[in-house]
Amino acid sequence: MKVLKKLVDNIKPTFSKGGKLGFLHSTFDAFETFLFVPDHVTKKGVHVRDSLDLKRTMTMVILALMPALLFGMYNTGYQHNLSIGGDMSFWAMFFFGLLKVLPLIIVSYVVGLGVEFIAAQIRGHEVNEGYLVTGMLIPLIMPVDVPLWILALSVIFAVVIGKEVFGGTGMNIWNPALLSRAFVFFAYPSQISGDKIWIEGLSKGEGIVDGFSGATPLANAAAGQDIPSFMDMFIGFIPGSIGETSTLAILIGAALLLFTGIASWKIMFSTFAGGMLTALLLNALAPEGSYMALPAVNHLVMGGFAFGAVFMATDPVTGSQTERGKWIYGFLIGVMAILIRVFNPGYPEGMMLAILLLNTFAPFIDHFVVQSNIKRRLRRAAIK
Amino acid sequence: MSNKILLRKGLNIPIKGSAVNQIARSISPDILAVKPTDFRGLNPKLLVKEGDLVKAGTPILADKKHPEILICSPASGTVKEIVRGEKRKLLQILIQTDKQQEYEPSNAHDICTSGEAKELKETLLSSGLWALIKQRPYGTIADPSKEPKAIFISGFDSAPLAAEMDYAMKNEFDNMQMGVNILSKITKGGVHIGLHADTFAGSPMHRLQKAKIHVFDGPHPVGNVGIQIHHISPINKGEIVWTLDLYALVAIGRLFNKGVFDLRRVIAVAGPKVIKPAYIETLPGIAIKEIADFADTSNEVRYGDEVGVRYISGNILTGDNVGIDGYTGIFHNVITIMAEGNYREMFGWIKPLRSKKFSVSRSYFSWLMPRKKYNLDTNLNGGERAFVVTGVYEKVLPMDILPLYLFKAILAEDIDKMEQLGIYEVIEEDVALCEFVCPSKSDIQDIISRGINNMIKEMS
Repeated sequence: MKVLKKLVDNIKPTFSKGGKLGFLHSTFDAFETFLFVPDHVTKKGVHVRDSLDLKRTMTMVILALMPALLFGMYNTGYQHNLSIGGDMSFWAMFFFGLLKVLPLIIVSYVVGLGVEFIAAQIRGHEVNEGYLVTGMLIPLIMPVDVPLWILALSVIFAVVIGKEVFGGTGMNIWNPALLSRAFVFFAYPSQISGDKIWIEGLSKGEGIVDGFSGATPLANAAAGQDIPSFMDMFIGFIPGSIGETSTLAILIGAALLLFTGIASWKIMFSTFAGGMLTALLLNALAPEGSYMALPAVNHLVMGGFAFGAVFMATDPVTGSQTERGKWIYGFLIGVMAILIRVFNPGYPEGMMLAILLLNTFAPFIDHFVVQSNIKRRLRRAAIK
Repeated sequence: MSNKILLRKGLNIPIKGSAVNQIARSISPDILAVKPTDFRGLNPKLLVKEGDLVKAGTPILADKKHPEILICSPASGTVKEIVRGEKRKLLQILIQTDKQQEYEPSNAHDICTSGEAKELKETLLSSGLWALIKQRPYGTIADPSKEPKAIFISGFDSAPLAAEMDYAMKNEFDNMQMGVNILSKITKGGVHIGLHADTFAGSPMHRLQKAKIHVFDGPHPVGNVGIQIHHISPINKGEIVWTLDLYALVAIGRLFNKGVFDLRRVIAVAGPKVIKPAYIETLPGIAIKEIADFADTSNEVRYGDEVGVRYISGNILTGDNVGIDGYTGIFHNVITIMAEGNYREMFGWIKPLRSKKFSVSRSYFSWLMPRKKYNLDTNLNGGERAFVVTGVYEKVLPMDILPLYLFKAILAEDIDKMEQLGIYEVIEEDVALCEFVCPSKSDIQDIISRGINNMIKEMS
């Protein structure tokens, strides 16, 4: 540890302003603060600070994503095994998935962090840790068969257009990870929709057992076909984007986020509540045998609903920032997600668009909350 | 007991080293500093020069805009040095005391019962005690030409390691009562005193006549007078209230009881680096060197780096880092001594335990040990970032104010929005906890200062 500190101290002048490699000072700083919590002390204002910083916050979110990631790896192998009718062991399936998913994560981080470092360098800022989470989220909401170049492009789009043009972490309007997904969805529709892409190997036409479609339960439900059992969908043995299939794994992550207070329980709760109530309402109005009649609880465990509610809707930057607004924001995400799912003929999933839509409207919701606060405070003056 | 106002939001920072109720020393200081920077909005005009003889209560400074507002020497002696900073800004006036403590004569005692409001105000002004009365909005020196809605005094300080007021005031009941008598004559809205539910019964203050007692319960910042005002009678646009601390109240009482300008007070010396945290009896503006022997200055190594010691006049949230060569401020009731945090902790942000670190967040394990007191230091514990996380400030600000939106309005210099969102109701100390918990390490108090300065400029 002492040796490392000495080394850092020795090369620091080279990377400081005025040094030979001074233009790389943001990059150097990023690595230094990664190694050591900096020796910065409080200068003005309070003399002590809470130990929580953004790095720790982001680390918690990544930890919360681990169950979904690990299950996603396993499920990748499991689904593949199912499609070829093989009899792989648990570990074989897991390692199969690991080898498929790891490249996606590596591409996401290398490309995304690359852009972040360049942006920080240009601005002369410290490198933000926001991408640590985004970089994990992006692969988890992609189908496993997404080509790496498309992934790379979508990451660049997400970081540059989604974040840096607005001024970096904390300034963006839309959730960058979802934006990358939307980019892929609209720019490369043929590569990312349909039934084949959710399971590794299927799109290349490798040996498929008879009768295996590879379609996600949502697609099946939209087409009026049978869907897997609730339990299978809850635990996650279904085709889908890598991280989204297991509601159970997602809920384990949610428990960590809620316990540590990193994510807003108001948003999570109201998103689920909004989705549930809307689905129940549709059930009540549904004609016999239509998609509207799909049992309400199934909506919550299918597709990206749970993943979106736990990890995407709760993004503090793009979500509603007032405590009252959070209730409304989350609830409307739930409502919109189900409405888009059920009434949109083109695409079976609605969570992504619902969250992006409400990201757009979050400042609008907050505006009303702020106005009501202002009015209440003015009224206080009038009463007296 | 009047109605209790329970505030759930807030935080008591568990820092080691609170003072035990015992006066360790009575200090007759050698050198005293009068710091014009203690008073917001003061445009100081120097009334003395180096070498002048002064008594306790001799005016040293006057306000250029309100020449009737005077700031006086707390002790008798000689003006030793006038210290200026950049652009000749007046920083402090050092007084070499003669340790005789001669007082400027005052007729205050003669009018303590018969005096009219106007007469009493004039006496307060000429005595120099007026400068200790603050005005809200903004926390500037009270404008004597204005009529305040009411006068508010917090009867306790809930800040970490702050002096316990019941102890510091235990022999001052008569002076407090006289102070209240005088103040209640100069305002129509009356004198309001906030007490804490936990200490209410044992506090002599609840026996004070002519004051309206309000009982509060909850964690810091419940003891901040601004928070109390918000729950008793919030400040709306165009309204003015005055506030003062108990030391000022006692000083006013002494002036009218005994006719002397006597600022003697009991303050705490506390903090993790104090060997025996206790109280001292002294005057405001003493040199930190006078209490240097309270500090444990042995070389301490934290995470492989040697760290220094920080001397703070005031508490860890709002005090000034004055250093070993500095002097205490007139509005501070504690001197805090703690470790600096100039160390580099390897992989600190990712270490799961970090049992020496405190956090309100449960991403650390300090929630498992709610009674543990920490040897906190001044490390920033992270890097400065843009506002990212939401909902954290709200948890420590017990006011009907949307903190994030107020801060953003200030940063955008949007005067209308600042007004609507509550700039009139807060000063720096009220949002200090927001700054403590901020994971983006923003300088929230500095933002509020900027907002207040902007408002003062805009409104004048």
